[in-house]
Amino acid sequence: MNASPATDTAAAPDGAHPNIHTVLSMRGISKSFGAVAALTDIDLDVSSSEVVAIVGDNGAGKSTLVKVLSGVHAPDSGTIDFGGERVTLPTPMAALERGIATVFQDLALCDNLDVVQNLFLGRERGPFRLDEVGMEVRAWELLRQLSAKIPSVRIPIASLSGGQRQTVAIARSLLGDPKLIILDEPTAALGVAQTAEVLNLVERLRERGHGVILISHNMEDVKAVADRVVVLRLGRNNGEFRVGDVSTEEIISAITGATDNAVTRRRSRGDAASQTPDAITTEEAAR
Amino acid sequence: MTTTTTPSPSTPTDLQDERLRADTGVGGAIRAGIDRIRGGDLGFLPVIAGLAIIWTIFQILNPYFLSSGNLTNLLMESAPVGVIALGIVFVLLIGEIDLSVGSVSGLAAAIMAINFIDNRWPLPLAIAAAVGIAVVIGFAYGFIYNRIGVPSFVITLAGLLGFLGLQLFVLGPKGTINLPFDSPLVYFGQLAFVPQWLAYALAVLAAAALLVGGMLRARVRRNAGLSAPALSLILIRAGLLAVLLAFAVWYLYQARGVGWMVVFFVALVLLANYALTRTSWGRSLFAVGGNREAARRSGIRITAVYTSAFIACTTLAAVGGLLAAGRLASAAQSSGGGDVNLNAIAAAVIGGTSLFGGRGSAFAALLGILVIQSISSGLTLLNLDSSIRYMVTGAVVLIAVALDAVARRSRSSHGRA
Repeated sequence: MNASPATDTAAAPDGAHPNIHTVLSMRGISKSFGAVAALTDIDLDVSSSEVVAIVGDNGAGKSTLVKVLSGVHAPDSGTIDFGGERVTLPTPMAALERGIATVFQDLALCDNLDVVQNLFLGRERGPFRLDEVGMEVRAWELLRQLSAKIPSVRIPIASLSGGQRQTVAIARSLLGDPKLIILDEPTAALGVAQTAEVLNLVERLRERGHGVILISHNMEDVKAVADRVVVLRLGRNNGEFRVGDVSTEEIISAITGATDNAVTRRRSRGDAASQTPDAITTEEAAR
Repeated sequence: MTTTTTPSPSTPTDLQDERLRADTGVGGAIRAGIDRIRGGDLGFLPVIAGLAIIWTIFQILNPYFLSSGNLTNLLMESAPVGVIALGIVFVLLIGEIDLSVGSVSGLAAAIMAINFIDNRWPLPLAIAAAVGIAVVIGFAYGFIYNRIGVPSFVITLAGLLGFLGLQLFVLGPKGTINLPFDSPLVYFGQLAFVPQWLAYALAVLAAAALLVGGMLRARVRRNAGLSAPALSLILIRAGLLAVLLAFAVWYLYQARGVGWMVVFFVALVLLANYALTRTSWGRSLFAVGGNREAARRSGIRITAVYTSAFIACTTLAAVGGLLAAGRLASAAQSSGGGDVNLNAIAAAVIGGTSLFGGRGSAFAALLGILVIQSISSGLTLLNLDSSIRYMVTGAVVLIAVALDAVARRSRSSHGRA
């Protein structure tokens, strides 16, 4: 399971495997809450073995998009094709059964239960005579596959670090063998080492053939693991980039909608050289 | 630094992390136990220590306290309120409370007595009717809690008053209904004692079950490539239990011995322990008490969990009320009144069930009620009236809850939540 360190993040898909196929294809998704159009005509594609980062400022519609995909909100219009067929996702359970697993930002783990109990919560084996041994063995298998660094599965979740909890939450989402995994801000509350751990985990999910949607504010994380970046701005698609051929500045300008913004001004004060003209062209092209 | 030690294939799957200290054998078990206590996971240590202190003090003050006769009585007194306390454990686990258990137990006794004596129903039917009413009450609590969202504290406070009123209404102007001494319920509550040979047999059976169960579980774990407790450890635990139980039986049978009611109570505790630790329903109680939102997102139907916990509590309250009626040979206006309510809740808390939800055990009811009844019995022997008893019990409850809060802090600093 150990990944070779040389694996280039950007080079993985693109016909490297013959069995790469489109997992998710959203077309023209719109959703409004009253007079507020949270999403307008959103298109999104995700292939197997691909990490797609969705970035955008606060209020750009990231969370709404995630909720549409995880079955919390129904879209007002637009179509969702998942695994080659047209689907509707009326409830979170329906999304889960289709194979869309979401790891929300707050992880939703029970601090007083141990790792095995959390992993199998709500789907224990043997409801009237719990198969503790079977569940523990499966838990170890799963954590080994993710090369997770968890010393013991029989300690309460409360004693794990933030990165380890994230690992448990992701491992739990894998139990149902999903095709698509949505990670909402997985590194937001983590330290440097733990962030690296979670990013490794994301790469491992890709190696296992899952499609991954990564919501993040952190450009470094996005550049480190994502294959493609989809930018949302005010509820609309505002550019889509392959990570290999885009600079952080270009992504930021697509997020903010202007090249002249607080972020670039601040950078240009530091080194004038980074204010490149091609950031402008890409930004214009994205419009 | 970067060299990873490849674990030998014989190392169990769950012990391969090189950061883990291997706690094997008897010494390892003791070391792990000390670690747990330091980390604030006190388990049953405080209540057992408390029981030892209370027994020592009362034995010094009155040498009759630890006599076989008094302990036999103490156990018989413990059973009815202990069953009620067992119900309280279920609602405390989900982070709720039931203040009405006393009233519900009194109401159940009244309904059973009126149907059995005045309406001349057969006893099983009268008992079933009383328990059935309690199930309906628990269901109603769950319904009001889930649909309307009234806090359980308020619902059951209303139940405390309402069902006390209903109990008085059912009993009518007479106020007290005596049960005949030849009825099976009174016999069960007062005179039914386990024959001595059977008591020894049950003690041996319990130890054997622990031994065989432990060995089977260890074999399954070893076959699955997981670590398992050493045979010596299992043998020691089973042996200790056998010696302890055999000694208790020998000592108690210097007097009347062990009542069937006590055996019934212990059986209920064991059954509840199985339900809490080995079924997915029990697991969902802990999950809801620990993190309600996480439980909901895991697909657990939390409304059903709440309702079932309330039903378990009111049902056990009714059973406790019936046992108390048998013990007193009557159902009266004072049945389930006085300190029954608070003793039951205090017992669950003293036994180590957290008021904050998500932590506790069925054995908490057993150990907690022993503490409560020991205080009560000891103070009665000293001819101190209920004023002192209330004050002492109050202090013990406060100590128990304070210990829970301190242990909670220690747990969070040691990462055991």
